Amino acid sequence: MNELAALTNGQSVGLDEIPTLSLPDFGQAILSGVAARQRVSALFGAAAPGSAATRLYAVLADDEQNMLYAAAADVAGGEFPSLTPRCPQVHLFEREIAEQFGLRPAGHPWLKPVRYCRSWTGRDAWGRPAGEPIPPAVGDFYRVEGDEVHEVAVGPVHAGVIEPGHFRFQCHGEQVFHLEIALGYQHRGVEAALAGGPGARTLPYMETLAGDSTVAHATTYSQLVEELAGCQASARAQAVRGIALELERLANHVGDIGALAGDVGFLPTASFCGRIRGDFLNMSALLCGSRFGRGLVRPGGVGFDLDAERAAELGRRLDAGEKDASVALELLWNTQSAMARFEEVGAVPRHVAAELGLVGPAARASGLDRDIRRDQPAGIYCFTHIPVSTCETGDVYARAYMRGLEIEQSIAFIRDQLHALPGGAPRAPVRALATNRFAVALNEGWRGEVCHVALTDAQGRFSRYKVIDPSFHNWTGLAYALRNQEISDFPICNKSFNLSYCGHDL
Amino acid sequence: MIKATLARLQQKHRTIAYPDGAPPPLPDRFRGQPLFDTATCSAGCRACFDACPTGAIDAREPGRLDLGKCLFCTACADACPQRAVTFSKNHQLAARDRQALVVARSAAAVEAAGAALDAKLKKLFGRSLKLRQVSAAGCNACEADCNVLTTVGWDLSRFGIQFVASPRHADGLLVTGPVSQNMALALKKTYDAVSDPRIVIAVGACAISGGPYVGHAEANGGAAALVPVDLYVPGCPPHPLTILDGLLRLIGRIEDKKR
Repeated sequence: MNELAALTNGQSVGLDEIPTLSLPDFGQAILSGVAARQRVSALFGAAAPGSAATRLYAVLADDEQNMLYAAAADVAGGEFPSLTPRCPQVHLFEREIAEQFGLRPAGHPWLKPVRYCRSWTGRDAWGRPAGEPIPPAVGDFYRVEGDEVHEVAVGPVHAGVIEPGHFRFQCHGEQVFHLEIALGYQHRGVEAALAGGPGARTLPYMETLAGDSTVAHATTYSQLVEELAGCQASARAQAVRGIALELERLANHVGDIGALAGDVGFLPTASFCGRIRGDFLNMSALLCGSRFGRGLVRPGGVGFDLDAERAAELGRRLDAGEKDASVALELLWNTQSAMARFEEVGAVPRHVAAELGLVGPAARASGLDRDIRRDQPAGIYCFTHIPVSTCETGDVYARAYMRGLEIEQSIAFIRDQLHALPGGAPRAPVRALATNRFAVALNEGWRGEVCHVALTDAQGRFSRYKVIDPSFHNWTGLAYALRNQEISDFPICNKSFNLSYCGHDL
Repeated sequence: MIKATLARLQQKHRTIAYPDGAPPPLPDRFRGQPLFDTATCSAGCRACFDACPTGAIDAREPGRLDLGKCLFCTACADACPQRAVTFSKNHQLAARDRQALVVARSAAAVEAAGAALDAKLKKLFGRSLKLRQVSAAGCNACEADCNVLTTVGWDLSRFGIQFVASPRHADGLLVTGPVSQNMALALKKTYDAVSDPRIVIAVGACAISGGPYVGHAEANGGAAALVPVDLYVPGCPPHPLTILDGLLRLIGRIEDKKR
């Protein structure tokens, strides 16, 4: 691993310190890293400085050593060798590079667009004529042939109040042989708009990348800016960010368990959790006025201080929320008829989860012991450790139960912070960003690893800003979970992952 | 059964009393309409205008603001050297008319009060309004706070308002998001599938004006670019109470009060 640039979460290195390898060496470095139990946190393209070529960057996460490794390689022609056949977890990254830069990953087994949009370079990996519209989800889908095989298409507009996406099932009777998920409906062009920043809109972009993960994305962005500007958020600000991130996790985890209960018709827990979720959102609003943490996390610290009276009120509400949530969850866990609907449904075995590079509760439910808060800690998580739990079965039950365990741990974490809130100014001034740097920050959002990579130019502006929402890793896990399942189990499989469409589509 | 009953007793009855009783308390840091004390403005200062991410603040007339573009994000308040920007606690922000969201400086209250539907539509929808929600590049915050209205805490269905699974069952659409190019056709088709007469409600800064995505080639700057909009609910995202207030005034369930 000596040839790769080494850094830790929230650190930066000079762009010239990132080794530019040949494409075969670059590929080999990724394969060797993954063989040594590293994960591909990021793999993306950027304009190579001073040439028309595209430079690929990879960030590998070594969770056991708490290290990140970065390398680069220039693609001179119109293609690069695909690693997907030997390393499935990069399949969507390579499709994204193909779409954004018009470069073909040669040998990619399923080279389809990711977001159905034009490339940034004028080249097109699929040879589509310029000027013609690219309608989303139009194109070939994986098909199972046979007299008794039928196809079910769902979306983009769904039956519930949820974001749009298209699901194509290959079914034999009620049994799903294969599910292919086509996204891109939510594409807003965020990454292209982030280039040239930071600007007035950068924070609103971060807060709406995935609106239910506002704190996770805004914190990750702020850590990058603080590193690049050479300033530090106070211990107090870090603690408030941690509290907000765990409140975000609590609201969403409670909501997900309620939604799962609702999908199997177990209405008591469904209705309790729907309301308790709101109680946790209102705790975020107690911090900053917004139920989604808008306006709370700012580069340099936090926009709102947590005074003693407010901390005491938060503690009281947390106690009440804990009581309500534990009653609602215990009722679900103790109801055999509901549990029977979760067990052995939508199982993702551990080795598949590892190959696909799953993150977050979905990975932990399949037995992968990974959590950024412990493995690559930043901010307050350097000082307070959250115990990480795993399950083995990888089914809907495991993904639901993981959330139950994480709810308990998040409440304990917040309580610890409230009892010993460190001092310091809520917000430190932020100077201009350092020039020609490469910075990486990771956070464990409620869905899993949020990864941002910032490259600055000679003026200290973002020449490239890469966002990887945990959903980008995990959508394939949902597709896999449906294999050989009843199609009627799709809703609970889907809810057990509850992935972000806009976080994926950007 | 006994466990479920005990749990039910522990969780208590929690549906809000509003609109017959008091609305649920808003957080003390709740940000309603930004108010500009323009008396303290120094000549030529453009700090709030320059800081605004979405161009909601009018550069020509100090304090003139488009609530349809506003993200309620504190950028103007943070930038103001005079600390002259505050946020009202008024949650009633919805309007029938897009222009009514553009409010003059330091108005104590929004002039944007949403009026009820005309008599014919009110007769049709006043007691039963079924909505198909279309998220068109919404970030899932507006969606979540529409969803929360259906929980037992808010119990939207007691007003005869429900989110339904098909446009064929719907009296109208509730649109969130700036309407990405990739959702434009789906939104149009969903609208066409709702039978006439039908209404459209745009919830959130994105659906009203494009929000932070205004000017993006990948988006359409809101729902009105594709379908006629009957009610605008500002916010990023709007508080559930703001959405509920807009819906209830639209169907004439609560009257405009002089504020």
